[in-house]
Amino acid sequence: MLGLNKKDFSLLLIVALLTMLAPFILNPFPEGSELAQFNAGYPDLMQRFVIFGIFAIGFNILFGLTGYLSFGHAAFLGVGSYAGVWMMKLLTMNVIPAILVSVIVAGLFSILIGYISLRRSGIYFSILTLAFAQMSFALAYSVLTPLTGGETGLQLSLNDPRIIGTSVTESGSIPVTHLFGLEMRDSFELEMGAWLFTFNAGYYVCAVVLLVAFYIAIRIFRSPFGMMLRAVKSNQQRMKYTGLNPKPYTLAAFVISGMYAGLAGGLMVSMDPLAGAERMFWTASGEVVLMTILGGAGTLIGPILGAGMIKYMENILSKINSTILHEWFAFMPDGIEDLLVTLVYPFIGKGWHLTLGIIFMLVVIFLPGGLVEGGQRIARLFRRKKEEPKGPDPEHHPKPAPHVAE
Amino acid sequence: MGILEVKGVNKRFGGLQALGDVNLSVEENTVHAIIGPNGAGKSTLLNVLVGKLIPDTGSVMFDGQSVLGRSPHEINQMGISRVFQTPEIFGDLTVMENVMIPCFARRDGSFRLHAFETVFNEKALVEQAEQILIDVNMIDKRDMHAASMSRGDKRRLEMAMCLVQEPRLLLLDEPTAGMARADTNNTIELLKEINEKRDITMAIIEHDMHVVFSLAERITVLAQGTPLVEDTPENIKGHPKVQEAYLGQAHG
Repeated sequence: MLGLNKKDFSLLLIVALLTMLAPFILNPFPEGSELAQFNAGYPDLMQRFVIFGIFAIGFNILFGLTGYLSFGHAAFLGVGSYAGVWMMKLLTMNVIPAILVSVIVAGLFSILIGYISLRRSGIYFSILTLAFAQMSFALAYSVLTPLTGGETGLQLSLNDPRIIGTSVTESGSIPVTHLFGLEMRDSFELEMGAWLFTFNAGYYVCAVVLLVAFYIAIRIFRSPFGMMLRAVKSNQQRMKYTGLNPKPYTLAAFVISGMYAGLAGGLMVSMDPLAGAERMFWTASGEVVLMTILGGAGTLIGPILGAGMIKYMENILSKINSTILHEWFAFMPDGIEDLLVTLVYPFIGKGWHLTLGIIFMLVVIFLPGGLVEGGQRIARLFRRKKEEPKGPDPEHHPKPAPHVAE
Repeated sequence: MGILEVKGVNKRFGGLQALGDVNLSVEENTVHAIIGPNGAGKSTLLNVLVGKLIPDTGSVMFDGQSVLGRSPHEINQMGISRVFQTPEIFGDLTVMENVMIPCFARRDGSFRLHAFETVFNEKALVEQAEQILIDVNMIDKRDMHAASMSRGDKRRLEMAMCLVQEPRLLLLDEPTAGMARADTNNTIELLKEINEKRDITMAIIEHDMHVVFSLAERITVLAQGTPLVEDTPENIKGHPKVQEAYLGQAHG
């Protein structure tokens, strides 16, 4: 189906179901209950899940397949954001041109940076990309202020010379982003008993884009091009002596992943038309590396899982404060309650990075294949239990799974 | 006129004359061995042939075209494949994928952005790859992870990857180096089979005399960067100059 084999198609279907039903899945707890703070089903956060999912999927095409670890991918996301906002300032508030131009500009920018950085490999490549990203960040803050808005960031104003559409709405405010009239901030709220589900137009636009991006990634993984990228990671020497030039393959992967980053940037400003230089800061580049490794580099669904997990922790774990902790442990005797709160406190709120760091270390040490490997191990455990009573079947010769993405 | 013509090649590394006025002609459809003691310049010569090193002077012509100044992947696309001393394969990929890659390289050239095709939908190439795996007796390992195989199997796989390209010249760099006797004999058998079935011109760099005399039709003896003699195996065996080069000056 769609040029995919059964397994890949069902993976795509699962992702489609998860994204389409996210407003339900991420809101399992009734409004007003104590656990409601763990709900992640509000538009702002759901958009972030999906957008960073796209960013990580693209990053994985470079890092997961070719093994080239870029430490400057946030630069492409930032450049895409600026390009998107400029399209909204100059052309139209429709998100389509903004997203397209974000992808194109990020693509062009990544050709330039990729061409130079890919003259080196390994740690030197990583350092070069990091240097370029930090340079972009510094430029955006200083000399490029007319283009980027400097410290205040690039935002819409009431006197933007918008060619299609108006500069100011009738009520005197800045117009909002839309897709052929469908406003991105439009939400439909559904109340079911104690639950409140929000269906946001912007989220669903992002989700559809994610599905397309994910589908393209699957096709790339299964294509001869994807196989060549894995060959780059495996043995460049053999590749050269097999008549293949590794350089254009690596550059193509770099540019494709740069375009994914630009797409993420374009979507970000389509949801909230504001672009700041901090988006290009090196910690933002590091975050996508974490997402990919945490989920499972080189696997198809890993980066999406990693992005979701990190964004969830960033937004939910960081909200918990000591008052909430005291409520949780209130059933304990006072002394123990205080002790527990003191023990747990460093890991929540502003300390959520500590929790992330510990989880990341555990994953890298015990599950080098990331969360995906964890899932596979659990699945294997169940399968073995089921198969044991049957004993080995002489007619059944399962083909060993090729060592590709799951 | 041979398929490979090396004329007047010199290569100097600082004060060391690695290759001195090397002339060599490899005839089409023969197995040509280049032998010599350690440090004779065998590997340097091979690296010149595959484009890894550029000689100071001289010319290397393959099928009437110069290979000098071309990069390894261009030289491969001209029809020269190379087997390494330690097998160079794509360890992270399956055996089948290892063989599919040269099939794509041969059909599509050194780069093509075929991002929307599916590897195993290319029926013609899949058949080609499966055939070569049958030929080298590895079809039962087609879905194995290449890195997990024994060294002998890796060597076989590397040969299969070279052969599936149907090269006009196959360069072998000490194909049996570090192998046990049994493995060496297996490799010799494999090479003999290839030579009989496919009429591929082979140039073998080797210092194991057993391998050389079992396979080669012509032998060039290299010593201190210069060819001493070139002749048939029978004549080389008793040649005084060769014995001198290998065993040192005979006294008395």
